[in-house]
Amino acid sequence: MARITLEKLRHSYHPRPAQPADWALKQLDLEWSDGGAYALLGPSGCGKTTLLNIISGLVRPTEGRVLFDGVDLTETPTDRRHIAQVFQFPVVYDTMTVHDNLAFPLRNRGLPEADIEARVREIARMLDLEPMLGKRAAGLTADGKQKISLGRGLVRSDVNVIMLDEPLTVIDPHLKSQLRSKLRELHQRTTRTMIFVTHDQIEALTFADKVVVMQEGTVVQIGSPVELFERPNHTFVGHFIGSPGMNVLPCEPSGDAALLAGHRVRVDNPPSGPLDGKRVELGVRPEFVHFGGEGVPVDIVKVSDAGRHRIVDARHGELRIKLLVDDGSPIPSEAARVTFDPAHTRLYADGWLVE
Amino acid sequence: MVKRVEGEIHIDETSVVFAEEGFNILLGTTLAGKTTLMQLMAGLERPTSGEVWFGGKNVTGVAVQKRNTAMVYQQFINYPNFSVFENIASPLRVARTRDAEVKERVHRVAELLRLTPMLNRRPSELSGGQQQRTALARALVKDADLVLLDEPLANLDFKLREELRDELPALFAHRKCTVVLATSEPTEALLLGGHTAALHEGRVTQFGPTAEIYRRPANLLTARVFSNPPINVAPVVVEEGNVVLSESVKWPAHGRKQPLPGGSYTVGIRPHHVSPIANGAGAAEIEGRVQITEISGSESVIHFEHGELSWVSQSHGVHALQVGEKARFYIDVARCMYFDGDGVLI
Repeated sequence: MARITLEKLRHSYHPRPAQPADWALKQLDLEWSDGGAYALLGPSGCGKTTLLNIISGLVRPTEGRVLFDGVDLTETPTDRRHIAQVFQFPVVYDTMTVHDNLAFPLRNRGLPEADIEARVREIARMLDLEPMLGKRAAGLTADGKQKISLGRGLVRSDVNVIMLDEPLTVIDPHLKSQLRSKLRELHQRTTRTMIFVTHDQIEALTFADKVVVMQEGTVVQIGSPVELFERPNHTFVGHFIGSPGMNVLPCEPSGDAALLAGHRVRVDNPPSGPLDGKRVELGVRPEFVHFGGEGVPVDIVKVSDAGRHRIVDARHGELRIKLLVDDGSPIPSEAARVTFDPAHTRLYADGWLVE
Repeated sequence: MVKRVEGEIHIDETSVVFAEEGFNILLGTTLAGKTTLMQLMAGLERPTSGEVWFGGKNVTGVAVQKRNTAMVYQQFINYPNFSVFENIASPLRVARTRDAEVKERVHRVAELLRLTPMLNRRPSELSGGQQQRTALARALVKDADLVLLDEPLANLDFKLREELRDELPALFAHRKCTVVLATSEPTEALLLGGHTAALHEGRVTQFGPTAEIYRRPANLLTARVFSNPPINVAPVVVEEGNVVLSESVKWPAHGRKQPLPGGSYTVGIRPHHVSPIANGAGAAEIEGRVQITEISGSESVIHFEHGELSWVSQSHGVHALQVGEKARFYIDVARCMYFDGDGVLI
């Protein structure tokens, strides 16, 4: 396994990139330590697939370097990077048995049969594929086939990194959570470096120790799921992660507080300098907005029952504020006011967290 | 109604009366029969036995073309060579509607679905969310009597799904049409509200107001269909006034409006009623070995083993328990559901 370093990486599909929009990947510096579980998260077109293809060697970056354990591999072809990949659609040898699918990469490398046997058994046990070893791969369901794709990466001891590109797309919804847990468990047991690419926040957050959130070719934040949830660096992260996402409300800074439609709201990050000419917003997650006797008066527009909690849509003039209220907690029927938890209420200027 | 295909049962004897207002949700896993049921309602398939009635009329033998039905699928289906405008207008063109009226109706629906700036584009120039909005607009523009939406949000990115789900109820709020929507996501069903039919292996296990069947599922099958992560299910025995789950886990059987008589039951406990933190009285302790912890920032989902069974706990906040660790969890016993030997709620 290997530590992966991405150094001053930039990529454009244009022959002569001129303006910022020409870059599919804006400047990027990143280091992934050996044995980590990482996720690349972002909407379609954010550059995550480009980044994945650069790491695997399918795309040569316009600028910058890719290093594995400090060795520059930028010019090294894919097949010499020792990478295992799992794609959206399972890739298996349909005519082979599950056993032979798993043994294939090892036989290719000329390992002794006894070693292959032991290794295949071990991996099959981890993946719960043992009872199916003798079956033809063609007869398996999508999740079974995806396990084989992953297993072919896991059996090899020479793999630098296992890359998973939206691997749960074709899995039945009710099996998704099981396979998700399985992936997490496998990472913890094998401590292989794994990079999971997805647009689905739940997949990214439950799988990875560190999530790289991308938007329009830029990394907007790298952090643990807790960091991304509790302290989004950018309003995009606040909105993209969490369901519903963070409330982003236009406001004016005022000393250690913010003025929200004329109401004083205390914030966790009062600005140290002026924010003149910048778009200033207040970011607070629905989890940290509460009904109270004081605060900003609101009209309740809609209450949606999510079972465990209710999502309340409230309005103050033009401002739309969402709250999460636990099942069983009361929702005021009139003269409702909302307060914001000051430890989780922050100012953003032009989208970025005010430091 | 029954639908058999080459001897295989796709819809097992089922009777449902759908609601005229609000969403009718078909909730079930893949192959539960959601799509088949919709095809039968649309007239695309004929039932093996049984009848379909619409607005007091038996429409079982009526051809699709003679029914005023609109359908939206999981895949974004549009005419690739038509502009968004012509895509939306297509059912009106078929009905030979006057140009002026077509224009007016298309613009009205486009405005509703926020497609106005895209009307001159081709579907391939749109995002997935906009493509599905176009398909929805086409279903809305023809003022169908019956609108069938077969997992319309399933292929959308997470955030787009959230956005469109939020808008859907309002789109149909003032229309005189019956709406049926299929989904495999319990939370989606809850948020859309209306009525829900829980489906399991081609059979409707329960039909009723969505929130009600979530909170009081009539049977174990419905409780299972309506829980994600999966509901915890375990055999229990009621003896000497206690509900006994295992040697170490028991709680008083009173505390219910009607006490549970002695005997064997199956208990169903939703994952969010099993907490890693003690929150006051009325909780039964259960110890387990942690199998895996999934932390999503706002909540923790912990899988653990107690005896032979796997359990799931879902809670707010971050509880970073290690694999293999022994941990205590707390069951909110007031929220436990008990089912008899036939799986019927007591």
